[in-house]
Amino acid sequence: MKYLGLVLANVRRKKTRTLLTVGSFAVALFLFGLLAAIHFAFYQGVEVAGADRLVVINRVSIIQPLPVSYRERLLQLAGVQAVTSANWFGGVYQDERNFFPQYAVDHESYRGMFSEFVIPDEQWQAFAGDRQGCVVGAALAQRYGWKLGDRIPIRGTIFPGIWEFNVRAIYRGSRPGDDEGQFWFRRDYLEERGPEWIKGLVGWYIVRVGDGVDAAAVSRAIDERFANSPFETKTEPERAFAASFAKQMGNIEALILIIGGVVFFTLLLVTGNTQALSVRERTTELAVLKTLGFSDRFALLLVLSESVLVAGVGGLAGITAAKLVTPALTQALPGFTVFLPTWDLVVGLFLALLVGLAAGLLPAVSAMRLRVVDALRRV
Amino acid sequence: MVRVDGEDGAETLIRVRNLDKRYQRGSEEIHVLQGLNLDVGRGEFVAFMGPSGSGKTTLLNLLGGLDVPSAGSITVDGDELTRMSAAKLTRWRARHVGFIFQMYNLLPVLTAFGNVELPLLLTRLDRAQRRRQVETALALVGLADRMDHFPRQLSGGQEQRVAIARAIVADPSFLLCDEPTGDLDRASAGEILDLLTALAREYGKTILMVTHDPRAAERADCVLHLDKGVLVEAAGEAARA
Ligand SMILES: Nc1ncnc2c1ncn2[C@@H]1O[C@H](COP(=O)(O)OP(=O)(O)OP(=O)(O)O)[C@@H](O)[C@H]1O
Ligand SMILES: [Mg+2]
Repeated sequence: MKYLGLVLANVRRKKTRTLLTVGSFAVALFLFGLLAAIHFAFYQGVEVAGADRLVVINRVSIIQPLPVSYRERLLQLAGVQAVTSANWFGGVYQDERNFFPQYAVDHESYRGMFSEFVIPDEQWQAFAGDRQGCVVGAALAQRYGWKLGDRIPIRGTIFPGIWEFNVRAIYRGSRPGDDEGQFWFRRDYLEERGPEWIKGLVGWYIVRVGDGVDAAAVSRAIDERFANSPFETKTEPERAFAASFAKQMGNIEALILIIGGVVFFTLLLVTGNTQALSVRERTTELAVLKTLGFSDRFALLLVLSESVLVAGVGGLAGITAAKLVTPALTQALPGFTVFLPTWDLVVGLFLALLVGLAAGLLPAVSAMRLRVVDALRRV
Repeated sequence: MVRVDGEDGAETLIRVRNLDKRYQRGSEEIHVLQGLNLDVGRGEFVAFMGPSGSGKTTLLNLLGGLDVPSAGSITVDGDELTRMSAAKLTRWRARHVGFIFQMYNLLPVLTAFGNVELPLLLTRLDRAQRRRQVETALALVGLADRMDHFPRQLSGGQEQRVAIARAIVADPSFLLCDEPTGDLDRASAGEILDLLTALAREYGKTILMVTHDPRAAERADCVLHLDKGVLVEAAGEAARA
């Protein structure tokens, strides 16, 4: 601790240069934060998926439906605790750009399945009592300024016409990162107003298995149960389902890795160069310190700690800024929950420190190796 | 009592025997020190003179444990430097040697206080003890009121006085000064020499000083000339002895 003054004094030596280096780290970490948040937005389903939930879809593809009668048969299987279903509606609010998912849900069982979504009881009762009612996520409501009782017109694309819904409930996620951008309405309303072919069919089932039940075994049991029927099923854990769904958005993960990698590599070169320069400039000073009895290892640690300090300060500033702007991004990107998880904050900061360490390593070693007699003779 | 004849004197702080230093420059070998002997007693103020390139700095570097001899031995207060590992030598230096350079060599990013405190960071002293000792050292060189000044805010003479405070703050066994007045005007040089003389006379410091300036050498108890790789006593000195 008593050496902190020396470290700080050295960091302050060239204020502009230090600020620029801190700035580079800040910008890089800001970018890292944004990429991580966008990555989260694409994979949010994966991140927050329930470990005890299975998704049952038609074996042919997700857009092929399943019979409504499967619900009872699913409930009869050992290990299955609860079953609910949903249909994809695919409507548009006002404008094509306003994308958000709408699900026609089995309102009797849906809320119990997704306990992470919090809905006041009286609101849920209102929804249950209104065939044209809908439940919207808090982020969605905020984006479009919807309030309880508002009438929302949605233009159907799969199911033609303008469909009007009454906002009866607003749900909130109980964990950070929970998707607050969904729109649920009642399946019986879809059957009532929709075309003939939709009757008796659901898009997919969500199944919850009991505590301590082998989910993989239940998955297999479900698919075997419906094998050789006109509607064969494919059952996956919700997490895997969400991941394969996210993959359809393109390989965003690889893109983010490449961008992030390039940014950090550039940062490494730039700061490495700066650190090397700063050590070369004070060859004499380092030699003087050694003359006074400071060890070679001290010289190494001194240079390293300066580098790491700069990286840490810049990194912290950048990642904090990223964290602060993500809520605004959620507003700007309809259909996505842009959220920067704490884990990514930690990883980002760790990466910054690592780059700081790596950038300082070569200069620090040369500071360590510096021989006093040579260094002092050079001046 | 200073001796250069290799005979063992009593009360010796620094004892140098058959010191050899060669440098290799390409295929050419430079034999700078050639079997040099020296004995310096405690509290002695010795000046070294000699033409440029005669090996004065080389000798000080060896005495201060900054470089290792090609042959021979250096013993300070019973410690044999040539037997020490590099790390041990570094620690020894912190405890026993105070360096004063021609170019002051203060750290520009630290204040006078910070510079003088540096050697104390290597001791076990706590913050308050360090502060007291730094203040004492700076007061001794007459710069108590310049504590918070940075080197660039000081004159050359003041910088050198800070350097002297830094050299004495940890109470080393001896001071090594390489042309301490070489970069100063006459008045400032006089102040520095007064200070060194006082350190030797009043505080009993052992001082080894390289200088080109006869007026500086005059202040010392004894002037030695480095000639062809060995030390010889100055003519007047020899006559006096
Ligand atoms: N690292 C080195 N490699 C090769 N030669 C060296 C090295 N260090 C010193 N020398 C040579 O050793 C000789 C003595 O150098 P030194 O610096 O000790 O002289 P000096 O008496 O201090 O001179 P000055 O009065 O100019 O400071 C010189 O010829 C110098 O070139
Ligand atoms: Mg010299």
